[in-house]
Amino acid sequence: MKKLIALVLAVMLLVPAFAMADNVIRIGVFEPSTGDNGAGGKQEILGIEYANSLAPTVTIGGEEYTVELVIEDNQSLTDKAISAAQSLVSKDVSVVLGSYGSGVSMAGGDVFAEAGVPAIGVSCTNPNVTLLCDYYWRICFLDPFQGTVMANFAKELGATKAYVLTMLGEDYGVGLGKYFVEAFKGLGGEVVEENFTEGTSDFAAYINNAVSNGCDVVFAPCATTYAALIIDQAAAQGISFPLLAGDTWENSAILNAAKGKNIKVYCSTFFDENDDAAAAAEFVTGFKAWLNADSGKMTNNGGNDIVAAVSALGFDAYNVALAAIKAADSADAAAIVEALPGVTYEGVTGAIAFDDVGDAKKDMAYIKFANPETGAFDFVKTQKVGE
Amino acid sequence: MFDTLLPYLLAGVSVGGQYALIAVGYTLVYGILRLINFAHGDIFTAAGFFMVYLVASVPLPLAIPLVIILTVVLGFVVERVAYKPLRSAPRMSIMISAIGVSYLLQNLMWYVTGGLAKQYPVLPGLSQTIQIGSATTKLVTIVTPILTIALVVALVMLINHTKIGMAMRAVSVDFETSQLMGIKINNVISVTFIIGSAMAAIGSLLYFTNYTAVTPTVGAMPGLKAFVAAVFGGIGSIPGAMIGALIIGICENLIKAAGWTAFSDAFTFALLIVVLLFRPTGLFGEKTTDKV
Amino acid sequence: MKKGNKRLIISLVFVALLYAAGCLIEHTAGTKSMVVTVLQKGAVYALIAVSMNLLNGFTGLFSLGQAGFMLVGAYSYAILTIPMAKRAAVYQYYNGGWVQFTIGVIPALLVAGIVAALFAALIGMPVLRLKGDYLAIATLGFAEIIRAIVQWDTIGPLTNGSNLLKTYPTLKNIMPGNTVLFTFIVVGICIGLILLLINSTYGRAFKAIRDDEVAAEAMGINLFHHKQMAFVISSFFAGIGGALLAMYQGSLQANSFKSSMTYEILLIVVIGGMGSVSGSIMASFLFIACSEWWLRFLDAETVLGNIKVPLLAPGFRMVVFSVVIMVVVLFFRKGIMGDRELWELGSRRGAKGGRK
Repeated sequence: MKKLIALVLAVMLLVPAFAMADNVIRIGVFEPSTGDNGAGGKQEILGIEYANSLAPTVTIGGEEYTVELVIEDNQSLTDKAISAAQSLVSKDVSVVLGSYGSGVSMAGGDVFAEAGVPAIGVSCTNPNVTLLCDYYWRICFLDPFQGTVMANFAKELGATKAYVLTMLGEDYGVGLGKYFVEAFKGLGGEVVEENFTEGTSDFAAYINNAVSNGCDVVFAPCATTYAALIIDQAAAQGISFPLLAGDTWENSAILNAAKGKNIKVYCSTFFDENDDAAAAAEFVTGFKAWLNADSGKMTNNGGNDIVAAVSALGFDAYNVALAAIKAADSADAAAIVEALPGVTYEGVTGAIAFDDVGDAKKDMAYIKFANPETGAFDFVKTQKVGE
Repeated sequence: MFDTLLPYLLAGVSVGGQYALIAVGYTLVYGILRLINFAHGDIFTAAGFFMVYLVASVPLPLAIPLVIILTVVLGFVVERVAYKPLRSAPRMSIMISAIGVSYLLQNLMWYVTGGLAKQYPVLPGLSQTIQIGSATTKLVTIVTPILTIALVVALVMLINHTKIGMAMRAVSVDFETSQLMGIKINNVISVTFIIGSAMAAIGSLLYFTNYTAVTPTVGAMPGLKAFVAAVFGGIGSIPGAMIGALIIGICENLIKAAGWTAFSDAFTFALLIVVLLFRPTGLFGEKTTDKV
Repeated sequence: MKKGNKRLIISLVFVALLYAAGCLIEHTAGTKSMVVTVLQKGAVYALIAVSMNLLNGFTGLFSLGQAGFMLVGAYSYAILTIPMAKRAAVYQYYNGGWVQFTIGVIPALLVAGIVAALFAALIGMPVLRLKGDYLAIATLGFAEIIRAIVQWDTIGPLTNGSNLLKTYPTLKNIMPGNTVLFTFIVVGICIGLILLLINSTYGRAFKAIRDDEVAAEAMGINLFHHKQMAFVISSFFAGIGGALLAMYQGSLQANSFKSSMTYEILLIVVIGGMGSVSGSIMASFLFIACSEWWLRFLDAETVLGNIKVPLLAPGFRMVVFSVVIMVVVLFFRKGIMGDRELWELGSRRGAKGGRK
């Protein structure tokens, strides 16, 4: 037995590192395709894959390189994210895209920083993703902004007392909740804050708490798994006030949960598929056709061809990465790190240019309403900073 | 005051009833094998997934009995494969095996479902919204405690008045002697697992109608709480398990009502520790002495 | 005596060779390689598994609280070592937090162990009076309670609530380029101390308690005192293990210290053999290498020629892995080493004789 183990160990140690093929550049995709955020992560991957299908090669130093996507699942968990990140790094990726979810991005960030590989955050909105990691950039807006937007919107809906419900241990939700509370109090509103623990199914008491505290709006930024339960149980208890949340709620799971029920659900997000800008319209048409051609992709998108904002962001992230590779004119991670701060890109989700911290200067959010009759998101309004 | 508390009490009684149906499986198995069946919560989850997948291919009236049958088969197979070979091994080994089965079932469900939450099908009638006093809730909230009590009464009758019930009682009192008396131990244990799994399947029908998302780890917490309920009520006692579960369900919701939401799970464990320290036999457990 | 000396020298040479090999692998394979990851994480898990084995395998106390004590250790370490300059950013919601000083890495590691041991002493007093599976479920419960408290918003200025802790010194900061060596040294010292304990009179008392509590008590061994001691010492090293895990990960969140983590460590102990230190060490490296590295291909959908290889899909790795573990649990109940040690293999009979 022992000899056998020793032999196996020896053989495994000798397994050579990846044989590098000529003229291939690897882009790591660091996304959850399982776990609480799996549904959203899959949509983000679809956006990246679509972008890859349109631009499968990049020219470096006059030679054409094929882009190979290396996809690792971080399982929506911060501890699994570390080994997923290590696995990407060990496969010699030049740049990493992702992730959906801020906690996993922060956890993976250290691994990328240690290896000197740049990462481009796609829809991770917590400020600390880029603030505490010199190798992380980001192409979406941030939670302080998103929280303020939703607080303003809650005020516009006539709410005076908000019930803020977040999951313990989830950086994204807890962070966004704090910024909402800050902004809502600043507008003269009252707030009741509560947490639920991971794996909770029973939200009846939380909804009762919202009612018995006299709240007239619920803000519950959390993963879609829990969101669907909250919506279902709120509807069962005949809640009449609106439910608000951040970007994660723009997902088919929310539409399915709200469908046919008497409930009002709003969320803020990065993109709207009915945007009439030329680039956005072209992306939406192309992406829908691409999805419809493959039933597997359709399933990953939640079984319909509604274009999620995170898919659009994934599309932009890939193209930003290509722009950075071109600017660096190298497949070397260190050169890309040098080039990234100067990259500008006109994306389908708006213009992207990075500030000193590495965040895209974005100042517009789209507020959407989950229509229970049509089972689709209705565009409500766009909101900018300072409004 | 009552009007504010009513929705919490209703939710508590409902979730408590569902815990009770899981707790029955723990208490029966523990009573006979002295084994904490860590995999029981996962068998409960599996019942949820059986329903999700069956409804896609067969009509609902057929799906419900099929879910119960499949869950029973799963419980039976787990016992035969993972616990039976270890009957003469130290108790720690069987418990490790139970943890291993739980790990395996969770990973298997993760693999099959792709690790994403599945929407539980709507059971007509049970999902209907009704009005009770000041509270609005699903019909299942009312059905659960009634059905739970009925099932527990039936089970107590079975144990007290049938031959197999007598055999179960005999085995739980003294494993070896009852074997010498001609009781087929393995059959009795299998029956125990079958009853426990069937109860868990019925519990899952009610639970997931209330809380409509099924994930591979969804059963872990209810499973642990049901075990605490079984200990609280006095392990081995079926009515005790039910009362323990109802108390835990109600307390949990009242704690959330008091605003201590972060500690609703921790409370269950604190209760467990207090019970174990001050009244290890639980509310209705019989006093046993350790044999050397 | 002479024979013992000889064996000791052989063991030390063997350990020195292992250290050299670890060092060499890191320098030749480069920091990006998965081998280095496996060596780091495997060593950390080895310490944690050995600490759990001290309790479950040597003293016969079936405790499932390991993740809770690791959590305490990891948080103690991180809270005390985050650089002052970064505190405002890390504790972004708590105005920089309560703790406004930092201490060195080695003192922090020690504090991590001590704090975990203090928690264990407090918890042990009531819990250790319980027997067998009740002890298991009560320690499991305490681990969950600890996790809930750490995530509690009210003590957020101390623990950062449910948010990540980052920017504390990690493995790469301390000995750049020699991360494996650093891990091996710390883990080696800790395991060495545990070995000394096991071979002392206390260790023999622990084994007596495991084999027969009543007989041990009749022999004049104070049951509670010794159980408490094993529990506290095991938690001390679990705390240091937790701190090392935090150093390895680079970021820390209470959420990852769930009961499933304890189960994984328990399974490592079982695979290695209950009551074998060297077994636990080997099983840790094997377990980590399989789950992080060798079996990863099972998760990738692969096309060979024109045929898509069946079954390979995300999650399949863990299924295969757990089936293997079940096979070990059911059919190779003694694990790799049983209750023997690697260095006893040569003289099987002598070791057996000494034990009984």
